[in-house]
Amino acid sequence: MAIPLSYSWRNLLTRRVTTVLTAGGMALVVFVFTATLMLAEGLRQTLVSTGSPDNVVVLRKSSETEVQSTLDRQVSNIAATQPELATDSQGRTMAAREVVVLFVLPKRTGEKSNVVIRGVGETSLELRPQVRLIEGRMPAPGSTEIMVGQSVLTKFAGVGLGQTMRFGQRLWTVVGVFDAGRTGFSSEIWGDAEQLMQAFRRQAFSVVVAKLRDPDGFEPYKARIEGDPRLQAEVKRERQYYEDQSKALSRFLKVLGVSLTGIFSVGAMLGASITMYSSVATRTAEIGTLRALGFRRRDILLAFLAEALLLGALGGAAGVAASSLLGFLTFSTTNFQTFSELAFGFTLTGEIAATSVGFALFMGVVGGFLPALRASRLVIVEALRSG
Amino acid sequence: MSSGPLIEIRRLYKSYTRGGQAIPVLTDVSFEIGRGEFLALMGPSGSGKSTLLNCLAGIDRVDSGEIVVNGQDITLLDETDLARWRSRSVGFIFQFYNLIPVLTALENVELPLLLTGLTRRERREHAAAALAAVGLSDRSDHYPAQLSGGQQQRVAIARAVVTDPDILVADEPTGDLDRTSAEEILTLMNRLNQELEKTIIMVTHDPRAAQEAHVLRHLDKGELSRAADTPGR
Repeated sequence: MAIPLSYSWRNLLTRRVTTVLTAGGMALVVFVFTATLMLAEGLRQTLVSTGSPDNVVVLRKSSETEVQSTLDRQVSNIAATQPELATDSQGRTMAAREVVVLFVLPKRTGEKSNVVIRGVGETSLELRPQVRLIEGRMPAPGSTEIMVGQSVLTKFAGVGLGQTMRFGQRLWTVVGVFDAGRTGFSSEIWGDAEQLMQAFRRQAFSVVVAKLRDPDGFEPYKARIEGDPRLQAEVKRERQYYEDQSKALSRFLKVLGVSLTGIFSVGAMLGASITMYSSVATRTAEIGTLRALGFRRRDILLAFLAEALLLGALGGAAGVAASSLLGFLTFSTTNFQTFSELAFGFTLTGEIAATSVGFALFMGVVGGFLPALRASRLVIVEALRSG
Repeated sequence: MSSGPLIEIRRLYKSYTRGGQAIPVLTDVSFEIGRGEFLALMGPSGSGKSTLLNCLAGIDRVDSGEIVVNGQDITLLDETDLARWRSRSVGFIFQFYNLIPVLTALENVELPLLLTGLTRRERREHAAAALAAVGLSDRSDHYPAQLSGGQQQRVAIARAVVTDPDILVADEPTGDLDRTSAEEILTLMNRLNQELEKTIIMVTHDPRAAQEAHVLRHLDKGELSRAADTPGR
C-alpha cells in the first residue's frame, strides 16, 4: 500500500466525534452479534460439561431426552450390570437408575417454569463428581427429602433450605443445596428415585447412567445393549447426549441472533457509508493532490478502504470488549428439548471474538467500498478545483 | 540558460462541453520550453492558462496535439504510466499549498517519496534535506495548521523538489500570500531555477511574480497572443 496506514488512522482521529459515533453504531451491532454467539456457546458448554466423558446414558430407543424415556426395572437391571462398567471399592457396578420428571414451580419473578426433578440412586453422586453439597446435608435414602441446585435456589421461590414443597401428593423438605458449577445439574432438584417413582406413580425408571471401566468399552457395551431385541434401548456417551440437548436451542439462538444482527448491520453499514462519503467530500482537494503527486486510483481506493476497515476494527473491538463483560452474567431460559429451565452463561471464545471482529471488518469494507471507489474515480483537475 | 527544448508543445487543442456545446479552451497552441527555463504564463481569467499548465503537468488530457517531454509524448501515456511519469518528472506548487492536514511538514515532504523504492530511513533523510533547503528544519514536526501561509508554501516547495523532478509547475504560487511571504517564495523559486536548474512553469496574475521569469507568455481566449517576452532579463 503506497499511502501509509497512519494517514487513514489520523484522518479518523481528526474527525473524532464522527468516528466515535460511527464505530459506536457498529459496536452495538457487534455487541448483539457476539452476545448471541456467546449465549449459544454458553448453552453448549453448559450442557456438554454436564456430561462426563466416561459416563454412558441408556435411554429407551428413539427417545431424545430423559423425560421421554422409560426403562422398566428388568431392562435397567440388565443395562446396569454389564462387564464394561466400572465397579466401586465395594465391588458394586457404578450405575444409577434414575427417574426424571418435570414439575412446575413459581419463579421469584412470579412466572412459572418447569424444573427437572431427578430421582437418584446411591451411586448418582459418585457418577457426577462436579456435584457438590454446599449447604445442609444429603437427603436420606428412602425419605421425602430433597436437595436443590444452586440455580434453582436463586431463580425459584420457596425452595430454600428447610422449606417444604408439595408435589406428587407428598410434602418434600429441602435439606440440602448443591452446586454443580456451570452444568445443567445446577438447574435440577434431586431426591430419592424410589420415593419419587412412587409419588409420581411411575413403574419405570427414565435412564440408567453408568461409568465405563475404560472409555474404549463404549462400543462393545453399546453393541450389546442395542443388539438385544428385548431391551429396545439406546446407548449414548453422556457428553454426546447433553451436546445433542443443546443443539436445538443453540441453533435457535444463533439463527435469531444472526438474523437480527443481519438487519441491524445494514444500518451500521449505511452509517459507515455516510461517514466515508462525507470524508471523501471534505477531502476532495486532498485526493486530487495525492493523485497529482502520482498516487494511482488503486492507492486512493486502498487508503479509503483501510480507513473504513479501521473504523470497522474499532467498532468490532469495542463491541467484543463490551460483550465480554456479559461473561459475568448468568442467563436462564427453558430448553425446548427438555422443556425445563436451564441456567447458563455467556461464554466468549477466541473463535467467537475472531468471527465478531471479522463481521465488523466486513461491515467496514461493505460500507466503505462505494465511497472509496468514488474517491478513486475523482477527476484530478476537478478534485483540485474543489479546494 | 536553456540548452535545447525540454518540452515541445505542438498544435494543442482542448475544449469543454457545457450544455451540449463545445467551448474551446486551448486552440492550436504550439511552443517550446527550454531546459532550465523559468516560464510565466499570464492572461485574463478563463484564458486557458491553468488548463494548459494542467495538460503540461499530465493531470489533464488534451483533445489533440502533442506534448513531448524529453522526447516522450505524454499524451500517449495511459493513466497508470502518466501517474508514474508525474511522480518522477513533475513537482507541483499550488496556490493553496495543498498540504495534507493530518501529516506533519516532514511527512508531507516525504509523501512523493513513498512512490519510489527508497527505504524509510532514506526517505526521511531526503525529506529532512528538502525541508532544510527551504529553511524549515525546525518546523518538521509541525502540522500544516500550525504553520503560516508562507511556511506552508515553502513546505509545498520542499515536497515539489524532494524527488528531484525536471519540471516544477506552479499555479498562482503567491496568490494566497502577503507581499513579504510572496517575495520569499519567488526568491526560493528563483534559487531552485538558478542553482538546481529546475524548469519552472508558473501561472500567475501577479506582474511582480512574472518579473522573476525568464520568459513570459500570454494566453488569451485559448491562444498564445504574442511572442515570448523576456522580463527582467
